[in-house]
Amino acid sequence: MSQKNRIEGGQINRDVSLNFTFDGRRYSGHAGDTLASALLANGVRLMGRSFKYHRPRGPMTAGSEEPNALVQLRSGALQEPNTRATTAELFDGLSATSQNRLGTLSFDLLAVNDRLSNFLTAGFYYKTFMWPKAFWEKLYEPVIRRAAGLGSLSLEDDPDVYDKGFLHCDLLVIGAGPAGLMAALTAARSGADVILADEDFAMGGRLNSETLSVGDVSGVDWAAGTVAELAAMPNVRLMPRTTVIGAFDHGIYGAVERVGDHLAVPQAGKPRQILWRIYTKKTVLAAGAIERPIAFANNDRPGVMTASALRSYANRFGVAVDRRAVIFTNNDDGYRSAEDLHAKGIRVTVVDPRPDVSVLRDYEVLAGAQVVDTMGRLGLTFVKVRLADGSERTIECGALGVSGGWNPNVHLTCHQRGRPRWDDGLAAFVPSDLPTGMHVAGAAAGDLSTAGALAGGQRAAQDALALDGAMPPLPEAEDAPVNITPFWYVKGDGRAWLDQQNDVTVKDVRLSHQEGFRAVEHLKRYTTLGMATDQGKTANMGGLAIMAELAGKAIPEVGTTIFRPPYTPVAIGAFAGRHRGAEFHPKRLTPSHAWAEEQGAVFVEAGNWMRAQYFPRAGEENWLETVNREVLATRNSVGVCDVTTLGKVDVQGADAADFLNMIYCNGFAKLAVGKVRYGLMLREDGIALDDGTAARLAEDHFVVTTTTANALPVYRHMEFVRQCLVPDMDVQLISTTEAWAQYAVAGPNARRVLEKIVDQDISNEAFPFMACGNVTICGGLRARLFRISFSGELAYEIAVPTAYGDALMRRIMEAGAEFEITPYGTEALGVMRIEKGHATGNELNGTTTAANLGMGRMVSTKKDSIGAVLSRREGLNTEDDLRAVGVKPLDPAQRVPAGAHLMAAEGPVDAARDQGYLTSACYSPNLGHHIALAFLKDGANRMGETMRVVSPLTDEVVDVEICSPHFIDPEGERLRA
Amino acid sequence: MIIDHPLLGPRDSSEFTYLGDARLIDRPDPDGQDAAAAFYDYAYLRDNPAGWHRELWFHEAGDRSWLVVTRNTLTHEISKVELASDVARVQGRSK
Repeated sequence: MSQKNRIEGGQINRDVSLNFTFDGRRYSGHAGDTLASALLANGVRLMGRSFKYHRPRGPMTAGSEEPNALVQLRSGALQEPNTRATTAELFDGLSATSQNRLGTLSFDLLAVNDRLSNFLTAGFYYKTFMWPKAFWEKLYEPVIRRAAGLGSLSLEDDPDVYDKGFLHCDLLVIGAGPAGLMAALTAARSGADVILADEDFAMGGRLNSETLSVGDVSGVDWAAGTVAELAAMPNVRLMPRTTVIGAFDHGIYGAVERVGDHLAVPQAGKPRQILWRIYTKKTVLAAGAIERPIAFANNDRPGVMTASALRSYANRFGVAVDRRAVIFTNNDDGYRSAEDLHAKGIRVTVVDPRPDVSVLRDYEVLAGAQVVDTMGRLGLTFVKVRLADGSERTIECGALGVSGGWNPNVHLTCHQRGRPRWDDGLAAFVPSDLPTGMHVAGAAAGDLSTAGALAGGQRAAQDALALDGAMPPLPEAEDAPVNITPFWYVKGDGRAWLDQQNDVTVKDVRLSHQEGFRAVEHLKRYTTLGMATDQGKTANMGGLAIMAELAGKAIPEVGTTIFRPPYTPVAIGAFAGRHRGAEFHPKRLTPSHAWAEEQGAVFVEAGNWMRAQYFPRAGEENWLETVNREVLATRNSVGVCDVTTLGKVDVQGADAADFLNMIYCNGFAKLAVGKVRYGLMLREDGIALDDGTAARLAEDHFVVTTTTANALPVYRHMEFVRQCLVPDMDVQLISTTEAWAQYAVAGPNARRVLEKIVDQDISNEAFPFMACGNVTICGGLRARLFRISFSGELAYEIAVPTAYGDALMRRIMEAGAEFEITPYGTEALGVMRIEKGHATGNELNGTTTAANLGMGRMVSTKKDSIGAVLSRREGLNTEDDLRAVGVKPLDPAQRVPAGAHLMAAEGPVDAARDQGYLTSACYSPNLGHHIALAFLKDGANRMGETMRVVSPLTDEVVDVEICSPHFIDPEGERLRA
Repeated sequence: MIIDHPLLGPRDSSEFTYLGDARLIDRPDPDGQDAAAAFYDYAYLRDNPAGWHRELWFHEAGDRSWLVVTRNTLTHEISKVELASDVARVQGRSK
């Protein structure tokens, strides 16, 4: 049974045979076939099961508007569900399987749904599965999901590569049919940069499916010649297999290029698909038109399709779906299908509901007749026709082509909220208000003839690019007028399918109307008409027409649903591009990253940086053991920590001090050169934004540090203040986070280590606590030294230009060897700052004020600063305001969970009695028990109080004592040592 | 969207960070009599017009200019782009 339905002609390459499988059976087709055309050539019409009723379905179209023939391509991790067989380009070795079936495609056990169809009408789910509530999640939904649906995911990582790209042009032409080709040619000849994109693998659009001539050559040859001319021009980029999916703001278009989908494996080094962002000055939309069906009983059997699809399969692919065909049409274009099929030796009967059409043709025409039903369990075998005189006749045939007229493809004209306009002559919607810069040509504009398309394409390019002068004469082409009598559905009792993808019938629309869903958008949601992968490209018009009839309105009064991007489904992988897994966002490494790796560091992400979290050593059983060692070693001797990731902003200019006065709530004007001060920034609403230090290196030069996570927003905020609030201040800002590598050396032996590295005197007298300055190290390298401490120990932070970061870290380790210097990570850093009672992001959490943090008196009343006015609001200054406190368990063996809430020692536990919450918690190896920082109502006056820490999430209740948040060295003697 | 930067020419909006109403330039006088009320208004009460809107955009992946972009929130049409520092000066801000 080798390609029994293959007939002569078409644009397939018969010299190239391609083998493929469908549901495990082997077939062969030719280069130039789609999966659908190759299957049809092999006599396979049944390609899938419908969404809800599991009815047998075959292709209804020969294009991307296909609702039915959805298959799964490839297997394993490469499996791709819901692919339209009508657009899948055949390649050797292609394997496809049908989907949404239980059992085999020809004996689907879930076809029982079809027998239950009386119960499964519109709104069925809403009405039936409401009670009991718990059944929805546990029973109904899994069963429905099993029974209804489309393909399935592989649940494996997609091994394909996707890319993104940017293109610019003067004119983007969408669609390479006669209008698009003529627009591109006209524009290209004028010298403009042109991109011509078409979703098909063969450019030419409808010309490839017709037997018409253009000038003195066939349409197919004219298209090929024009494409060749364009391909030879340096200012033209031809993009076949490229679907323009959306028209976005300001002349930006999204397009998906299927680079490797037509190959068994993508070419080495090439992605599978590219998501292009095309910036264009002007656009010509030449997206053609889509033939729409007519609804009648059992119009969904495999073998029933649009008349133009039958014509495409015959003309372009050399496939006769069956040797006996019926055409059911309400317009003259149906006769073109009939003529082409007849010319290919297919026996044709035309059924036309219009009573007054001519029957004097080379084939049988039944005027005033309607198709009222079809037969054939897995594929069409008979068509039942009601003749003009009311009698019925049954015609044996395997192909039924239906034409209800053509809908201009207005999709992209509506992406900027444009609403199409109804055209009575075409009985269809045509483009109305367009996105800026867009021109529409050809069938998409309602010019359905070839001559109209050629002229429209030329005119659109001329208009878009404002080309003057005479244009070359257009080749001659057919210019048939549109003759159509609107006819949407055949009245009768059987189920007449409107939306075959969603199994929506004429009856469902009627029911929806009856139940009050009368707005078109409600109809869509209630019946699911127009949803899913095809977005109702063949279905919506029929639904609208029936809505209009039921409401006694004209179609334009009913309106349309809104078309939204994407035009056809896009693989999620294309949107993600290379932003997946570890490449989801950029990864920033500090200059001593390689050194940290050598030490076996475990890393954690912080503001895109990879920071060393802790440095495990052989024999250590868990991270806590490691962290305890790092903390104790630092507190007892010396430790070193990479703090490069903290944000750094250089502030320079005569007004630099005034500027800092503005952004920090505390004062900076009087800070002496060579000194550092802690600073707290507020938001304008009085809530703490960020904290850090500012070091004055010169009268007009400060270095501001921010937290790692807030480096970007704080810099943005500082620029806002500078440019928008104080534009005349003499101050300049630059982010130098990446310019300097910085290390904290902390612990009682910190000075002894750095004395071996820093060239200057750094004794406590020469370089006291909170001193800073430019120094040289290692005999001449410029560096910055800050005597600041986050750990609470005697500590310094030393900064060198980034390129020296790695060398400095190694040098510090060398110099510190005699003191057993210990590198510590962010965990140990966190433990030490909690022990010391220093705030971080956990405390500056977007809800806390300076007063909450215990720094209320820092907010200067002598000067203006961001947030100062609103921080004085009554509501932020009540007596029982939250205050930062420390928390320790009464039983030293118990842990205190961060995030838990504070409750009175006795009495009920509920939200109304909430007293505060824990922000940071850790085990303190110095104290030998867990500790935590917390915010407690009126906390400053509740020292020593016994309370309960309650964590409903972890089901813990711990008795605790409220204490000072400064667990270690509250007097600050260590850091001043 | 494309924002026509007054110094750099047309740039894709993905290079920018959005803040909101350009009225944020008009920070009230902290020493004014009704400073508390004025700051409350300034910090919380912004218009959210369907139509033309002057708004602040930051060229974060660019030259770090704050811009005042006059944009129609219904159509995304942009009619004017100015440097925020110029606008601020015109509106009387200095030091």
